[in-house]
Amino acid sequence: MFLKFLRPGDWLLAGAGLVLVAGLWLRQADSLEGRVVIRLDGKVYQEASLRLNRIIEVAGPLGISRIEISAGRVRVAADPSPRQLCVRQGWIPPGGAAVCLPNRVSVENAAAGYDTLNY
Amino acid sequence: MTPSTIELIASAEDRRVAALAAAAIGLTLAEAAIPLPIPGIKPGLANIVTLLVLYRYGWRTAAWVAGLRIVAGALALGQFLTPAFLLSLSGGVISLVVLAVAIRFPPRWFGPVGLSLLAAFAHIGAQLLVVDVWLLPGASILGLLPLFLSAAWITGLANGLATAHLLKSNPHPAEPIP
Repeated sequence: MFLKFLRPGDWLLAGAGLVLVAGLWLRQADSLEGRVVIRLDGKVYQEASLRLNRIIEVAGPLGISRIEISAGRVRVAADPSPRQLCVRQGWIPPGGAAVCLPNRVSVENAAAGYDTLNY
Repeated sequence: MTPSTIELIASAEDRRVAALAAAAIGLTLAEAAIPLPIPGIKPGLANIVTLLVLYRYGWRTAAWVAGLRIVAGALALGQFLTPAFLLSLSGGVISLVVLAVAIRFPPRWFGPVGLSLLAAFAHIGAQLLVVDVWLLPGASILGLLPLFLSAAWITGLANGLATAHLLKSNPHPAEPIP
């Protein structure tokens, strides 16, 4: 019943607005594609996309840490650290990080989300 | 007691502006009581009054009503001269400018719904610009754009439909002052 209030130009404007908004959401979804930031000794060792399945090997002071990216998730698959904390952490949630302190390796699932700090 | 030499004469037009602005302020206050999950998004119900006045009494009256609503609403909410007030002011001014242009569009093609949508987008556009340039320079406003523009689309459409309905259901404007 409300449709009768819309005149041709109104339809056009509403449609254009909808297209604009939908386009922005799609662009947003693209830019929010997760990134994985791997650090060695606090310095960025490699940045990778979550889209590409692969295993990244990082040679730390204790040995090689294997970081696995699979199906849009990331985890530390193997690490020479004695307590295996970062390995047992499993898949890293978006925005989370795993730190293999003895081997000086950290893996961050840097989902570009908004929190209270950057809002 | 000496009678005051200052005499303020309120014309019928003044009274009308005051009554309409009061309605808009009422809506602003009522709306402020609605809890909303995201800061910065609100329905903007007072814009229904602005749009209605624009159609019924012209742009000048609409500008008066909107201006009074922005200032008095901010005073009542304790937001006068705060960033929230400046955001409200910038959005209000830009949407009035847009409406001044849009009201000249052929009425056969563009009705209150189209004007409301344009005003809503202008409103949020100006506010995001102020936030980006002045309040939070460097913060990525771009990431918030889809969310705010979606809200503007929905509220613009809803307010426009409400205005169209009110214009239609009250074909003969009753004088707001008895």
